[in-house]
Amino acid sequence: MKHTISVLLQNKPGVLSRVTGLFSGRGFNIESLSVAETLDVGVSCLTLVTRGPDEIIEQITKQLHKLIDVIKVVDVGDSEFVEREMALIRVKAESHTRAEVLRIIDIFRGKVVDVSPKSYAVEITGPRSKIKAVIDILKPIGIQEIVRTGTIAMARAKKS
Amino acid sequence: MKMTGAEAIVKCLEEQGVEVIFGFPGGVIIDLFDELEKSSVTNVLVRHEQAAVHAADAYGRVKGEVGVALVTSGPGATNTVTGIASAYCDSIPMVVFTGQVPTGLIGNDAFQEVDIVGITRPCTKHNYLVKDPNELVSIIREAFYIARTGRPGPVLIDLPKDVVISKVNFPEPTPVKMQTYRPTYEPHPGQIAKACKEILKAKRPVLYIGGGVIASDSNEELTELATKLNIPTTMTLMGLGGFPGTHKLSMGMLGMHGTYFANMAVSKCDLLIAVGSRFDDRVTGKIADFAPHAKIIHIDIDPTSISKNVKVDIPIVADCKYALTAMNRWLDVQKDFNGKEQEEKLGPWLDEINDWKRKHPLGYVEEGDIIKPQFVVQKLHEMTNGEAIISTEVGQNQMWAAQFYHFNNPRHFLTSGGLGVMGYGFPAAIGAQMAAPDKTVIDIAGDGSIQMNIQELATSRQYKCPVKIAILNNGYLGMVRQWQELFYDKRYAGTDLSVGPDFVKLAEAYGAVGLRATKVSEVEPVIKEALATDNTVIMDFVIAREEGVYPMVPAGKATTEMLLS
Ligand SMILES: Cc1ncc(C[n+]2csc(CCOP(=O)(O)OP(=O)(O)O)c2C)c(N)n1
Ligand SMILES: [Mg+2]
Repeated sequence: MKHTISVLLQNKPGVLSRVTGLFSGRGFNIESLSVAETLDVGVSCLTLVTRGPDEIIEQITKQLHKLIDVIKVVDVGDSEFVEREMALIRVKAESHTRAEVLRIIDIFRGKVVDVSPKSYAVEITGPRSKIKAVIDILKPIGIQEIVRTGTIAMARAKKS
Repeated sequence: MKMTGAEAIVKCLEEQGVEVIFGFPGGVIIDLFDELEKSSVTNVLVRHEQAAVHAADAYGRVKGEVGVALVTSGPGATNTVTGIASAYCDSIPMVVFTGQVPTGLIGNDAFQEVDIVGITRPCTKHNYLVKDPNELVSIIREAFYIARTGRPGPVLIDLPKDVVISKVNFPEPTPVKMQTYRPTYEPHPGQIAKACKEILKAKRPVLYIGGGVIASDSNEELTELATKLNIPTTMTLMGLGGFPGTHKLSMGMLGMHGTYFANMAVSKCDLLIAVGSRFDDRVTGKIADFAPHAKIIHIDIDPTSISKNVKVDIPIVADCKYALTAMNRWLDVQKDFNGKEQEEKLGPWLDEINDWKRKHPLGYVEEGDIIKPQFVVQKLHEMTNGEAIISTEVGQNQMWAAQFYHFNNPRHFLTSGGLGVMGYGFPAAIGAQMAAPDKTVIDIAGDGSIQMNIQELATSRQYKCPVKIAILNNGYLGMVRQWQELFYDKRYAGTDLSVGPDFVKLAEAYGAVGLRATKVSEVEPVIKEALATDNTVIMDFVIAREEGVYPMVPAGKATTEMLLS
């Protein structure tokens, strides 16, 4: 099962390697990982996506919590949540495909962020599944380069 | 108040009640040694940094305090890694100070620079590189706090040279409060009630206790619970001494070299009460067959230990002392609890266990004049009234010590349990002797392991430690040889130690006393003389070369599949 785990940690040198070291040392897998500071510059938020049976996920969250620099660990999937990922994709765009690329990007509400005579660089944001769909469609046209962020996630606010 | 970093560090040590540290100097840390010399803190100069850490480990264990080691940068720091990893596996409270090159040189591949914080990240509870001199004091206070609270463990502080000599603030001590680290001490009352009810229902309960009982000083509470309910009790290697080994409810150690009866009892029990133990593979054997009929209650202060290897039915995250006290109190107020009835109810279960005890006691076969290692340990037990502090090396010597020295008291058995470090025992014995000058301290050693830190004979002599080393000399890396005998068609590849030093002369070369026994009749006189000698003594017991440790559960097998001889 895929799990998205959100970790608040102290923004100090070496903290990230404590987290990644935990995963490599214990043989847990990381599918994606993204970190940035929060409103409080002393605190970072790390979102990581991992996969495993429930017992392993339970171990992962407990082990993360055990790290001295970790403030809070939430398995975001325990409640409703939104997740986003961003990809920058450089796709081949020659005279006969330029219009088609633009159309596809438009359908996915992407943006062209860089233009050259033979290619477009486009920006796509959305859940993982959407990024995958765009990549699948652009592949036959010719993807030259991809850069992706890890997933970030946020629990939805209670509705009442 | 302004002072130098070195002065502040020493002041912090004094504030933490540190009386003895174990150290080895070098270029970047001279200032601190200089300052220590002026203070009330004794520095024990070891002869290898690994020994400093093992000695600090044992010192901490015996005193129930935080052990302290101090070394230089680079090789000094890397030499501590084995000792730190051992303390981490065994949850031993410790603070290790390492020197570091000046902050301006960090990252430049300076002379004797290593990233010791990076190297020890996975084997410390936490570690620090002090970059800002004004954080020095608060970091040290935090480090001691982290080391001794919750599940204890080693904490490392890396001290760049410029921080040690700069001027720093020394704020008044205030209680350490950390937003991100708050161990759970108090058990959940609901879980306590649930556990107690389950225990009262059980017909075949077993208490399985580990190092957590020792670390939390809850041997009395544990003994109260076991005797109140008449529950047979087994100890892990780290738990020895947590319940009196000579008590009629004691089943001795369980696991790979556990007793027949302990392993059988666990395999047949209907309720397993794990207290401060962590279901290590050396205890469980094949996990699927471990305590297959039992509900499991697990008390541990570390939530990651619970349901890690074995699914637990009633988890109790708490300090063992708090949890056991709560259980005892819960039982005290039960109107319908009747000790007599409980004893009767468990009668058949205890009869069954006693039957196993009678059928397959721990034992060995005598062979005329040839010294059997088990006999040596039995004699040591007898001649010290079971009251000595025993450290061990690793291998057969360690298992024979665990099996045949029936520990009645906590903090009397010092062994590298989780990491299994050959070379632990002798420096540990020195640490123990520094912590308990009036106690008899014996390192039960193997001829292989003792050579891993034999240089500490000098330390032992210098600090007048009358430590006794009992080498069970089989001329082999015996434990590995035993595996080769059983599982590798007796191909003794890389385990022959028949070329060894003359341990008697070696002792004498260091100004210690060397004694040798080669036949059974010499064992007692040698021990007697050693115990009467106010000096470091090596007793070289030349034992049956191919004696094995039994029972033995082959790795990966169910604990009921014991080889008995
Ligand atoms: C530092 C280290 N290296 C290797 C081992 C693997 N090992 C475990 S027991 C053992 C044999 C120990 O020999 P000895 O000290 O003579 O003890 P004996 O088993 O003969 O009593 C070895 C090599 C270890 N535990 N520690
Ligand atoms: Mg040997």
